[in-house]
Amino acid sequence: MPLYPEQASNFAANVDALMVYITLICVFFAVAITAAIIFFFFKYRRKDPAEVGVPIHGDMRLETAWIAVPLFLALTMFGWGAVVYVDYRRAPLDTLDIYVIGKQWMWKVQQPTGLREINELHVPVGRDVKLILASEDVIHDFSVPAFRVKMDVVPGHYNTMWFRPTKAGRYHFFCQQYCGTNHAIMGGWVTVMEPTDYSAWLSGSSDASANPVVAGEKLFVEKACTTCHLPNGAGRAPSLNGLYGAKVLLADGSTVTADDAYIRESILNPQAKIVAGYQPLMPSFQGQLTEEQIIDLTSYIKSLQSQPAPAKGAGTAPATGKK
Amino acid sequence: MPREHYLNATYGIRSWLLTTDHKRIALLYLASVTFFFFIGGAFATMIRIHLLTPKGFLVTPETYNKLFTMHGVAMIFFFLIPSIPAVLGNFLLPIMIGAKDLAFPKINLLSWYIYLVGGCFVLYSFSTGGLDTGWTFYTPLSSVYSNSAVTPAVLGVFINGFSSILTGLNFIVTVHTMRAPGMTWFRLPLFVWAQYATSIIFILGTPVIAITLLLAGLERMFHLGFFNPQLGGDPILFQHLFWFYSHPAVYIMILPAMGVISEIIPTFARKPIFGYSFIAGSSIAIAVIGFFVWAHHMFLTGESTYAALTFSLLSYLVAIPSAVKVFNWASTLYKGSISYDTPMLYALGFIGLFLIGGLTGLFLACLGLDIHLHDTYFVIAHFHYIMVGGAVMGYVGGLHYWWPKITGKLYPEFLARIAAITLFLGFNLTFFPQFILGYLGMPRRYASYPPEFQVLNVMSTAGASILALGYLLPMIYLTWSMRYGEVAGPNPWPATGLEWQTASPPLTENFDVTPEVTWEPYDFDNRPDLGLDVKGAPSFAHGDD
Repeated sequence: MPLYPEQASNFAANVDALMVYITLICVFFAVAITAAIIFFFFKYRRKDPAEVGVPIHGDMRLETAWIAVPLFLALTMFGWGAVVYVDYRRAPLDTLDIYVIGKQWMWKVQQPTGLREINELHVPVGRDVKLILASEDVIHDFSVPAFRVKMDVVPGHYNTMWFRPTKAGRYHFFCQQYCGTNHAIMGGWVTVMEPTDYSAWLSGSSDASANPVVAGEKLFVEKACTTCHLPNGAGRAPSLNGLYGAKVLLADGSTVTADDAYIRESILNPQAKIVAGYQPLMPSFQGQLTEEQIIDLTSYIKSLQSQPAPAKGAGTAPATGKK
Repeated sequence: MPREHYLNATYGIRSWLLTTDHKRIALLYLASVTFFFFIGGAFATMIRIHLLTPKGFLVTPETYNKLFTMHGVAMIFFFLIPSIPAVLGNFLLPIMIGAKDLAFPKINLLSWYIYLVGGCFVLYSFSTGGLDTGWTFYTPLSSVYSNSAVTPAVLGVFINGFSSILTGLNFIVTVHTMRAPGMTWFRLPLFVWAQYATSIIFILGTPVIAITLLLAGLERMFHLGFFNPQLGGDPILFQHLFWFYSHPAVYIMILPAMGVISEIIPTFARKPIFGYSFIAGSSIAIAVIGFFVWAHHMFLTGESTYAALTFSLLSYLVAIPSAVKVFNWASTLYKGSISYDTPMLYALGFIGLFLIGGLTGLFLACLGLDIHLHDTYFVIAHFHYIMVGGAVMGYVGGLHYWWPKITGKLYPEFLARIAAITLFLGFNLTFFPQFILGYLGMPRRYASYPPEFQVLNVMSTAGASILALGYLLPMIYLTWSMRYGEVAGPNPWPATGLEWQTASPPLTENFDVTPEVTWEPYDFDNRPDLGLDVKGAPSFAHGDD
């Protein structure tokens, strides 16, 4: 019987090493204390019904030792664990971004080309993959034991997680946060492929009509975003050209990086962050867009990246936000 | 046995339902928490039978979700939290400090009735559609999406909270104002220290969960947006508020059990407890630091990395006082005069299981490991080691230890030892495989699972059947002993506490005359009245013989 799942990501060996380290310390203490108890139990068993024990009230040196030593060991566990966690929470810069949407009780995955999968996720081996997680309803959790990663999928905002698959194969993923009736079958398979196979799979099964940029552009017109967000920046709202990934100067003087979460928030709750030089005029689209439509819009805004970016005197940042 | 005691002082159903005697109220609680324990246990039995096969053996997924939810709600809110404080604490705390009753006897009775009303709401929820939110009531599942009877359950837990608050208040006031002459703070039995620390959590924590569940109920009933993002709420806010109480609630369950163990070990090792002030102080430290670790349940909700680092560090700090207790208990055995009586078997079993439960907490407090272990069966195994291996073993051990005091009768020792060993073995077989299941990645709260997890699940179910037997045995022989057991006498073990200075069962007023305390706790060497062979004691020790 295996004691640990397959090691199929950059985190797996690290997490397992941490597991072994803590297990060794804990087994040592558990065995030592149990052995002492069993030894005392037999050595000092009552021989005479009226016998009493030796009145020992305590020992300051022992108390100090068994506070200090466990504290030191606990801090090493904390430190090592913190290093792994911080690495996990900070995705590298150049990642393959894939959207994952949880809803009762299925997973919808959207590859960068717009290719959609249900309860399946294909990723190339050796590439840093970032999942951008959204929920249509309750809290879910996307978990891949073979990668030793998981992250809650929370309605109302994006969470992200990343990993680098290290071994081709098929691995379980699970919904790990209880989400109602069919929680136990809300799972599927991650398929890790060689990069060439992945590219071939991606182009072979791509469907042009599913292109999120095209869908996003259509929505952008339908929802009348074009009325204010003029490409030349002359409208009531900032131009969105070159927005994605840029630093945006806000009315309160702070700056924010325009990532997926920022764009999503600006669509659903436009008053949360106002771009410097603009009035808070934009209406909220809360309840009018599905998570998938928001992703389409975001994909469209990302595609505006390379176009010329005329600015409307709003700070030094490359032409910025919206509203 | 005394001719008149609290059990036969008055007769009739009214004399019980309107009693203000803390000992009778303790027995009312004993009956009601036992009732909920068996309800929760029945749900657990069905869960384990269902998980015998990967596809699920017994019920639909919907029903399975209700089973684990109702198991959790019944066990946590209506058995574990009240068990030791409201049963053993109620019975013993006044006697241990030499008082006639708690400070507010009528409020004590009121808190039992509040518990009953809360319990009725929850039973109503269970029997009219059931509850499928998980005992954690996470929003927006509970406040928007669930189709089960959430509202009465939430109200039941809300109401029940006031019972805890009043009990905590009563205990704190009693310990401050009603100690007998000579009963200084550092002469208090460690059980009283543990109850005091628990009461602090009752008072400071319970209002938060009460309000939180009420907010979730209001969101469900009237669509007020507290937690639902579509109404402008934040589902993570619920988790912060929920765990602000519910993590300290773990200490509500384990601290009193630690108090029980701290009484049993000196009695059966017949020597003073090692490091009295460290054990007492660590109870308070756990109660205080325990309030600042809650977000370790939320490392993967997307909370900020800095918050995660802080809460991980604090979680490691709260482990230290627990370690201090274990070291001191083990050292108390050194050069003792150790007997194998049943309460001692429970105490040693407690140390072993709590050790595993506590040490596996170090795995979960570790940020890097929690990424993998969070919400797997590893967590299930960990907290059952604490709550069943720790709290329930402590409770059952305490019931045996004080049974002669409560009923005036001895239970059959041989059967009781068999039961203690059965419980220990059954428990380990049930829950140890779940650690491995968790590391292999099996998620919690799954009505069906991939076939590779089946062997370990079958082991766990086999263990659960042994465990069930271990719980039925004491039910039978303890009930039997109330009528047929040998008469115990005031101090059968013998032990040093004030509760053993009065008759078994005690008089309604506990003591004929208010006792005066002139000795240190667990000080066998200076207690010639116990009739023990005291070596090297001051000469007056033998004077009265």
